[in-house]
Amino acid sequence: MDSMLHITTLHYLVLGAALFLLGVIGVLTRRNVVIVLMSIELILNAVNLNLVAFSRMWGGLHGQVFAIFVITDAAAEAAVGLGILIAFFRNKETVNIDEVNLLKW
Amino acid sequence: MLVGGILVITRKNPVHSALALIVTLLAQASIYLMLYAPFVAGVQIILYAGGIMVLFLFVIMLVSIDRSVRERQFNSQWVVGVIAATALGGLFMIVFTKGKNIFPEHALPMVENDNTQKIATMLYGQYMFAFEIASLLLLVAIIGAVVMAKKRI
Repeated sequence: MDSMLHITTLHYLVLGAALFLLGVIGVLTRRNVVIVLMSIELILNAVNLNLVAFSRMWGGLHGQVFAIFVITDAAAEAAVGLGILIAFFRNKETVNIDEVNLLKW
Repeated sequence: MLVGGILVITRKNPVHSALALIVTLLAQASIYLMLYAPFVAGVQIILYAGGIMVLFLFVIMLVSIDRSVRERQFNSQWVVGVIAATALGGLFMIVFTKGKNIFPEHALPMVENDNTQKIATMLYGQYMFAFEIASLLLLVAIIGAVVMAKKRI
């Protein structure tokens, strides 16, 4: 019964998995590009949560350092993604991702 | 936190989604504090909730949202998407229930008063090469974003 009383690594992992799934559903189902990018941020945050939880589990700091690198990547990805979005909006006057079909056969 | 995440993917107006995402990020920062990671929590608040979300809100204001609010919000393959995500969730649950025993019951004690100092030492010592690569990545991203958003190159 002791394990019910305090939060173990598994709880954090389940929370991270739930957040990851929310992000996946958002990426797969939404039509607005801005919200798709936000869902990608949710996915990256779920990964960060897992990294920090494992870092807590092992008592080291490597996971936290790696989480900082992931945050850096998320910043770069958001900047480039929003730049692409602006260029796309200038061409097509829409943010609907279903209109991005030039490569579709 | 999960409520914020659900709101992110269901709201019609992207501004509401962005605000819900800020709530989610702040809740996650508090979870980092619970995990003895004060430096990552600070970076999360300053960089994510501060920097990236301002960028998102700017872009939402820049592209006109009037038309996209009136459109259908979910695409036609949303059923397949939800089914695929549920299958992925089932896979996660299987992995977690099978591998539950490898996790230790009690986490090791961690000190947090020199957390930032230790992270800095690792960042500039052991992970120096990765740090430089990250800076190069940010430079490439800045140039790429400017080039993409420019009217004519």
